[in-house]
Amino acid sequence: MDGKELLTMRHIKKQFPGVLALNDVDFTLRKGEIHALMGENGAGKSTLIKILTGVYQMDEGEVRIEGEKVSIHSPQAAQNSGISTVYQEITLCPNLTVAENMFIGRDNSLFSNRKKYEKRADELLKQLEIPAKSTQQLGRCSLAIQQMVAIARAVDMKCKVLILDEPTSSLDDKEVNMLFKLMRNLKSEGVGIIFVTHFLEQVYEVSDRITVLRNGELVGEYLTEELPQVELVSKMIGKALDELNSLGDPDETKKVSDEVFYEAEGLSSENALPFDFKIHKGEVNGFTGLLGSGRSESVRAIFGADKVTGGKIKIKGAQVKITKPIDAMKHGIGYLAEDRKRDGIIAELSVRENIILALQVMNGFFKPISRSESEAFADEYIKVLQIKTANRETPVGSLSGGNQQKVILARWLLTHPDYLILDEPTRGIDVGTKLEIQKLVLKLAEEGVSVTFISSEIEEMLRTCSRLIVMRDRHIVGELKGKELNQVQVMKTIAGGEA
Amino acid sequence: MKKINFFKKGQISDARLLLTITIGIFVLMYVSAIIFLGGGFTHAQQIFDMLNYNSSFIIVACGLTIVMIGGGIDISVGAVTSLVVMACIKYLNPVYSETGEKLSGEGNIFAALLIALGIGLAFGLVQGFLISYLEIQPFIVTLAGMFFARGMTTIISIKPMKIEHESFSKIMDARIEIPWLGYTARNGNTIPARVEYGVVIALIVLIVVFLILKYMRLGRCFYAIGGNQQSALMLGINVKKTRFLSYVICGLLSGISGFVLMMHSGSANATNAQGMEMSAIAASIIGGTLLTGGVGNVAGTFFGVLTLTTITQIVVSSGFNDLALQNVTIGGMLGFFIILQSIILTRRNRKKTG
Repeated sequence: MDGKELLTMRHIKKQFPGVLALNDVDFTLRKGEIHALMGENGAGKSTLIKILTGVYQMDEGEVRIEGEKVSIHSPQAAQNSGISTVYQEITLCPNLTVAENMFIGRDNSLFSNRKKYEKRADELLKQLEIPAKSTQQLGRCSLAIQQMVAIARAVDMKCKVLILDEPTSSLDDKEVNMLFKLMRNLKSEGVGIIFVTHFLEQVYEVSDRITVLRNGELVGEYLTEELPQVELVSKMIGKALDELNSLGDPDETKKVSDEVFYEAEGLSSENALPFDFKIHKGEVNGFTGLLGSGRSESVRAIFGADKVTGGKIKIKGAQVKITKPIDAMKHGIGYLAEDRKRDGIIAELSVRENIILALQVMNGFFKPISRSESEAFADEYIKVLQIKTANRETPVGSLSGGNQQKVILARWLLTHPDYLILDEPTRGIDVGTKLEIQKLVLKLAEEGVSVTFISSEIEEMLRTCSRLIVMRDRHIVGELKGKELNQVQVMKTIAGGEA
Repeated sequence: MKKINFFKKGQISDARLLLTITIGIFVLMYVSAIIFLGGGFTHAQQIFDMLNYNSSFIIVACGLTIVMIGGGIDISVGAVTSLVVMACIKYLNPVYSETGEKLSGEGNIFAALLIALGIGLAFGLVQGFLISYLEIQPFIVTLAGMFFARGMTTIISIKPMKIEHESFSKIMDARIEIPWLGYTARNGNTIPARVEYGVVIALIVLIVVFLILKYMRLGRCFYAIGGNQQSALMLGINVKKTRFLSYVICGLLSGISGFVLMMHSGSANATNAQGMEMSAIAASIIGGTLLTGGVGNVAGTFFGVLTLTTITQIVVSSGFNDLALQNVTIGGMLGFFIILQSIILTRRNRKKTG
């Protein structure tokens, strides 16, 4: 395991407008090693990977491969220096055969030498024990096989460093095991593998070493066997356990009514495993867990934003069917999406138009909201939420992140929901607005609205939620309330295991 | 939970499945025409006539198939074909003064061929450049190209023209005779099957395009960029250049198509080959080319052309010599094919993930 140093990155610095994405980060990969790169959102791991694959250029620092300094100015240059990347999204052509996907684009010969490619591909597939045939159409293989074909392509290109960026996120257990077997095979052949994932258990299953980044800085490099899981989590989140113990508990136990507003049993969607969940009237609860633990997927299932595949849902005790967002909306559920750019705002439309959107959908498009009515609504919420905009007709795209978020919030408040799901409502907005939104959430709860609140910042969740549901690796692993609501307990539950 | 998808014997690719369906439907249609209508359908000449009439159409459809496999579209092909016919006849015909005096001699046939190729290539280069390197929507670029070519055709001559060129007329009238595929007429004479030279050109084009798509690196890259452009880029393919070349080839084939059409009809007018681009798209789709790109085959396109023509022939032979009815039938068939394709593909995909 203590192989030769294969890849060394030293004093890497990368500045983006307004953000120092990487500050003096070192990273070392040895021959024949699987090295997990860990960190929460914004830790800088994807920036580091992108520097290594030539997508970004670093501002300062140096990269050496086998002791020789290399300059990686393009994805092509990275490949030529022996760095290959397999991304989470399959970057192969599904309509071509397995063999073609392994060889296309790699030479400039006039003819595509099918027979030769197929022979070489079959040899390689056999050697790597990938259960596929070279003449098969790639799109007809499972995702795991497709991923392995991408890896085989990289191997045949004589890569020394193989970067696997979230390779397991769409695979099932059996497929993950196949992938791990392949990774171990490659390791024994001396390939250095950088493994980026958010599944803690997988890290402990295959990796030899772990490097943790946080807020663009290096936290440290550890041997996997010497780093307990709970310590890894605290390093990722950035709070030492002792320090937290001294903080004491947030003592007040928030009162909630006995009336259950929403109840789901065995709810599952295309992205979420079955889970049970209920929320009382006027309760604020939260889903917590590391990035990718399934918290967003779960609330998306509640709203019907992803294709619901099973489960029983009761609202105020009556059985209902929620398979589409409009169903949820009709039952008084509102959902503020995690990615407001993609799922939330329509940048070209004005503040007013964005605010009335959900209400208009609920009313149906044949009962348009009159202009004066919509102007009144817009003005009201601009005032109530203190949205900073030139006027109500300003395109939302020109507003700051925090104000965009308020516009979406206004959109849902206008529908007078009984249950509001807020997924990362405070991400990327300034502290002042964050506090305003937290206060608003508590005020809504007092008025009897049930709220599910998700945030990456545990402190924020502890301040607002009276009950926390903890998820790990796509399963609910705990539910905390009352006295248990403190950072130590949350972190222990997230990490799982002993400790 | 999905199982690891081990390959099964006999599992065929989407493209091959669509091709099989097309050939199957064509054969079925033709056989039923023989059974129910008999007559002309029993003679080999029927097939050859279909080819004689459609040689230029086959060439255009081949070009369009390439572009569509690459994920693009070219609706200028019919107009370019028409422009080529008009330009070549204008060049080949002698010029007369108002008094009927011959002012210049006849043009050179070889030069006419160069004009045809040149016009096609020029359209291919310009449209390909705009689409690939300036990233303008292919539909809009080739729509502009279509209007431009139609306009140019009218500028050359607003009146229909007929070829008046001695040696070219000989080429036009030349036929390859295949006695053993002929039939015996009522008076006892054996009439050999007659094939125009344009058909030979069309078949050569068909085979060359087939080989390019199947065996050349460039051909495989067309499939790659049509399948997933982003992936093709990551796999190291020069996406822009590949796309550019697909339009250049298509343009060139439109030039050849014009020349072949001239060999068939010997006349030009401003509405020549009108709607040919749409029929070519229809033929490609019936032949199993996906409008979304990445899947397709010129062999399928060939059968697509035959299928379309057979529909027309059947409608005509049934005694409904009615253009409207032909179009309705073709429209219905096209709809049927597309629905069939999408049902089969979604079913297969559901099986894969289910």
